[in-house]
Amino acid sequence: MTKALKINKNTDQGVQEFLKVLLENNKVKGVFTLKKISKDGSIAYSLITDPDQLNDAVPFYPLMPVNAGKLLSRFTLKGSTKKPIVAFLKPCELRGFVELIKREQGSLENIFIISSTCGGVYPIKMSLNGALDKNLSKYWDTVKKGEISPDLRPACKACTEFIPYTADITFDLIGNPELDKQCVLFLNTKKGEELAKDIKGELLEKKIDSKKLDNICNKRETEKKKIFGELETKMKGMDGLIEIFGKCIGCHGCSKVCPICYCKLCGFENSDFEYKPSNYEADFRKRGGIRVPPGTLFYHLGRLDHISISCVGCGSCEDVCPVDIPISIIFKKIGESVQKMFEYIPGKNVEEEIPLITFKEEEFAEVEE
Amino acid sequence: MEKNDEFMPKILAFLCNWCSYAGADLAGTSRIKYPPSIMPVRVMCSSRVDPVFVITAYLGGFDGVFVGGCHPGDCHYQKGNYYTRRRFASLKKIFEEMGLESERLRLSWISASEGPKYAKTAKEFTEKIKELGENSAKSKIFM
Repeated sequence: MTKALKINKNTDQGVQEFLKVLLENNKVKGVFTLKKISKDGSIAYSLITDPDQLNDAVPFYPLMPVNAGKLLSRFTLKGSTKKPIVAFLKPCELRGFVELIKREQGSLENIFIISSTCGGVYPIKMSLNGALDKNLSKYWDTVKKGEISPDLRPACKACTEFIPYTADITFDLIGNPELDKQCVLFLNTKKGEELAKDIKGELLEKKIDSKKLDNICNKRETEKKKIFGELETKMKGMDGLIEIFGKCIGCHGCSKVCPICYCKLCGFENSDFEYKPSNYEADFRKRGGIRVPPGTLFYHLGRLDHISISCVGCGSCEDVCPVDIPISIIFKKIGESVQKMFEYIPGKNVEEEIPLITFKEEEFAEVEE
Repeated sequence: MEKNDEFMPKILAFLCNWCSYAGADLAGTSRIKYPPSIMPVRVMCSSRVDPVFVITAYLGGFDGVFVGGCHPGDCHYQKGNYYTRRRFASLKKIFEEMGLESERLRLSWISASEGPKYAKTAKEFTEKIKELGENSAKSKIFM
């Protein structure tokens, strides 16, 4: 049984009050959260230290401009802040952050993680023309009912990992009909309990309602099957792959936003992979022509090989793809099957090793022929 | 002489210096006959083989890619081949899921004393690739 805190205010106000108290009592130095940065509704991740600025903070806004796990990793790469900060992360962002910590690209020191059960986010494009703001009330209605909003990112519609694993505090959002009246925080760790000490509210002994969440999980599972099934019909052999990835313009945006692709100097942008005259000649002879730029399929297959074991399925890659390749679904599908093979859930546990840097002596006998 | 029109696969083989390469050498010095389809690349350890090498070879048009290493427990570097095994399992899974022919990839453990096993493996793999036919990636332009 975990401890929970009930604040008798609606979720937006509850969160803001919670954060204000933290900042004013000097418990934390700053708050890392989504924030409105201009009147036209632009939203960006910010680190807020001034309590007055909190009025514009919108921690649960259904948008992921960049995977915050990646941002937080950059923030803590060279060491942590001296005073603690609070970070609001969506479950997949948190998992991405944990995977980066395993790769020594960040640290949890002096960071309180606050997360929530997640109803998914909208594509970035929707935030640009104001469509997202109009949809907002509809979004929260579906979240309350525990249903899948239409127009979400495909990766979010098919997401079954919407409960954070390693958060200190979890906000109960999805499937919670009382969002307008009260907000409930689950204090998962000692750190979380410590943090919520000074907040006015009712302390409960409560467990997150697993029946309700299972129900939502089943809905998402059905949606996932449908989306994966559609992909399967397209992704058949070399010809299918060429059709899917043929549109790729080689911007490598998908790797730039990927929380797992952390290399500063990506191997696939290395000059070693540039085509030399001899390569062109060889391809002309062998294939009778060549796609320009070459190596599209190579890039995507190579990236799959690098990150599929840790892909958290956040969907950022598809969000930035200018030619709408269903890349997040491809990576999610293949990632999940690779992860299943190693019985590994990326981002579940900071202590667990990445499967490719460890082994058991007796395993995978079927791989060897 | 074999007939010209018969398909002879081209197989790229990454052989580890301490076991499989020595095994291949033994097959040669013992004068065991096996098909001339295999092009060996000597690597110090099978775990030196980045799966991206295998992808490159496959997309480049090799009909098969073979990785040979020491038997589990016998690795010259103690545990290299265990890592290879995991990487290879993951790569094969990716190929299967993408609908590519994962049968064109093969991992075998061949020790320095197993010349006959090397020849047998080479024969078997070549036969299998012959059944599969040419790698379709070879003639694709839009990759």
